[in-house]
Amino acid sequence: MSLNMNPAMNRRSLVAGVAGLGAAGILAGCSGGGASSDGGSAAGSGSAIKIGSIGPKTGATASYGLSVTNGAELGCKEFSVDGLSFEYRSEDSTGNAETAVNAYNTLVDWGMQALVGPTLTGPSVSVAASCNDDRTFMITPSASSEDVTSGKDCVFQVCFTDPNQGKNAALFLADKYADEKIAVIYNSGDAYSSGIYNAFKEQASASKLQIVSEEAFKDDSASSFNNQLTKAQAAGATFIFAPIYYTPASVLLTNAHDMGYEVTLMGCDGMDGILGVENFDTSYAEGLLLMTPFSADDPASADFVKAYQDAYGETPDQFAADAYDGVHAVAEAIKKVGVTADTAREDACDKLAAAMLEITVEGLTGTLSWNDKGQVEKDPTAYVITDGKYVKA
Amino acid sequence: MTVFLQYLANGLSMGSVYAIIALGYTMVYGIAKMLNFAHGDVIMVGAYVSFCATSYLGLPAPVAVLISILACTALGVLIEGLAYKPLRQAGPLAVLITAIGVSYLLQNAAQLIWGATPKNFTAIVSFPVPEPLASLNVSAVSITTIIVCLVIMAALMWFTGHTKMGKAMRAVSEDKDAARLMGINVNRTISMTFAIGSALAALAGVLMCSYAPVLQPTTGAMPGIKAFTAAVFGGIGSIPGAFIGGILLGIIEAMAQAYISSSLANSIVFAVLIVVLLVKPAGLLGKYVPEKV
Repeated sequence: MSLNMNPAMNRRSLVAGVAGLGAAGILAGCSGGGASSDGGSAAGSGSAIKIGSIGPKTGATASYGLSVTNGAELGCKEFSVDGLSFEYRSEDSTGNAETAVNAYNTLVDWGMQALVGPTLTGPSVSVAASCNDDRTFMITPSASSEDVTSGKDCVFQVCFTDPNQGKNAALFLADKYADEKIAVIYNSGDAYSSGIYNAFKEQASASKLQIVSEEAFKDDSASSFNNQLTKAQAAGATFIFAPIYYTPASVLLTNAHDMGYEVTLMGCDGMDGILGVENFDTSYAEGLLLMTPFSADDPASADFVKAYQDAYGETPDQFAADAYDGVHAVAEAIKKVGVTADTAREDACDKLAAAMLEITVEGLTGTLSWNDKGQVEKDPTAYVITDGKYVKA
Repeated sequence: MTVFLQYLANGLSMGSVYAIIALGYTMVYGIAKMLNFAHGDVIMVGAYVSFCATSYLGLPAPVAVLISILACTALGVLIEGLAYKPLRQAGPLAVLITAIGVSYLLQNAAQLIWGATPKNFTAIVSFPVPEPLASLNVSAVSITTIIVCLVIMAALMWFTGHTKMGKAMRAVSEDKDAARLMGINVNRTISMTFAIGSALAALAGVLMCSYAPVLQPTTGAMPGIKAFTAAVFGGIGSIPGAFIGGILLGIIEAMAQAYISSSLANSIVFAVLIVVLLVKPAGLLGKYVPEKV
């Protein structure tokens, strides 16, 4: 249900107010916003650096948020070595921007020194603005819009930007599938999907791809793709580019199969996870192409996959891997500039942001480095699903 | 022409799903005069129960559907007893907000029990579809849904028209206090309405997920809203109205996606709804069924 109740009360002002009442008697001089010189002292848990994460743990997008918060938690556990020690806490955003900002404020009050989150683009844009104003270091595992990092020197991304993905997908198609008649199906109500679509369209016309049909859908009509597929089929499409998440994609593949429509589907990183949909007939996904930086079948990821399965009972997807890499990047940056549990959040922010431009991380999702726009630089890899496994295309 | 018929068939299939959900909405609204916004979520629970019965317990589909109907009926009566009955004398707004609360409660409880990751629902019916329907991609599920819709519609009309309980329901719908004076147990009648509405929700859930196979805790929310729209479109409280409203909504949506714009399809559907309500404020069939049952 998309009823959007807008609480007029800002949670931070409430928390700050209550904290202020208590602090007045006990901790004179500690300001509610956490802007004091000894930032993290309030929670007093000693030597651990405090990492926070935000993602939808409930609601329609919960599967992404749980992956991100689990991945970040595992990262905080595993990178607490070599003299580093992390304390981790995550908050639920329910996929909503205002709730995410409230979650961020809760984490700041807790004494968070760096944020590995949020998960979704919309909430991340709002939280990134707060981070930039408050001077909090932020690295989002999965929010891929350029709006998240643009104009904010302390905000970084682990995943590719949407335009980058759309452009790479079009270049890949021009290289390998130039003769196919291509239909595009995208979610016009989703910033991720339409962001990729716009960049794809631009590059596709530059690369002279044959786009025969362009169809949109929205979340509320994602339960059936029969009309879009009928249109694509009538236009003679032999290939469908669908920059959408894996849940609607599994419906799309089932619909296409039921129609008897033989077509090759290609998606971007949001398609990762499709083989994990419980009870989904993965034979429908045979031949599916996807561009994603992470594969759970890759031997290089085996240790991570095993640790994740042991801890959470599920095979990690790209969201979890991105979050793990996000913590990895923070750990590398901390080693470089020597942030400790006593470093104030604002100081940590400036130091980490400067270090990010210099480090290179050998992560699960490739070899990562960052440009001064906060965007990641890594190589996209195209996989094709063969016998239920990702095989490099 | 074939392509047009294909769109029509797609619309009919989607519309029959809206129709079967709308029947449950309209039944409860018609008698208890409340909008049960949790109806969509009872549908989701019904689908999960059936999913568990077939996938985890390995039960045959008809048994799974039966279990699902029983579970949802019990759930519906429980929700009514715990959440709505104490509010019988409260204003309609309090009941509406409670229904939204129940909706969130069910969604989050489902997430705790079954997890947030989507599950793929295997269709409960499959049989070879005869020509020329097969070449229009009409599935066995769609044919079943339309037939089940028609049977339910006929059964509900017979039930409310000819049985003692049905007549009591109509009396409660007309005037609760007068019905009570005539010796009708209003609370029991309303509980019965919820039991029937929830049993329909279980059927709707199983058929909806057979058609659109993704099952997650929010599966019922959007179709619930659309089916509510369909019920208003057809004239809320009217049983044939819910059926016609659902089918028309599906067809208008399909045609708008096919011939106008796939991204504007929903705007067009709701624009049509506004026009219809401007011309006929009671909905398509609202005027012709003065008893609104």
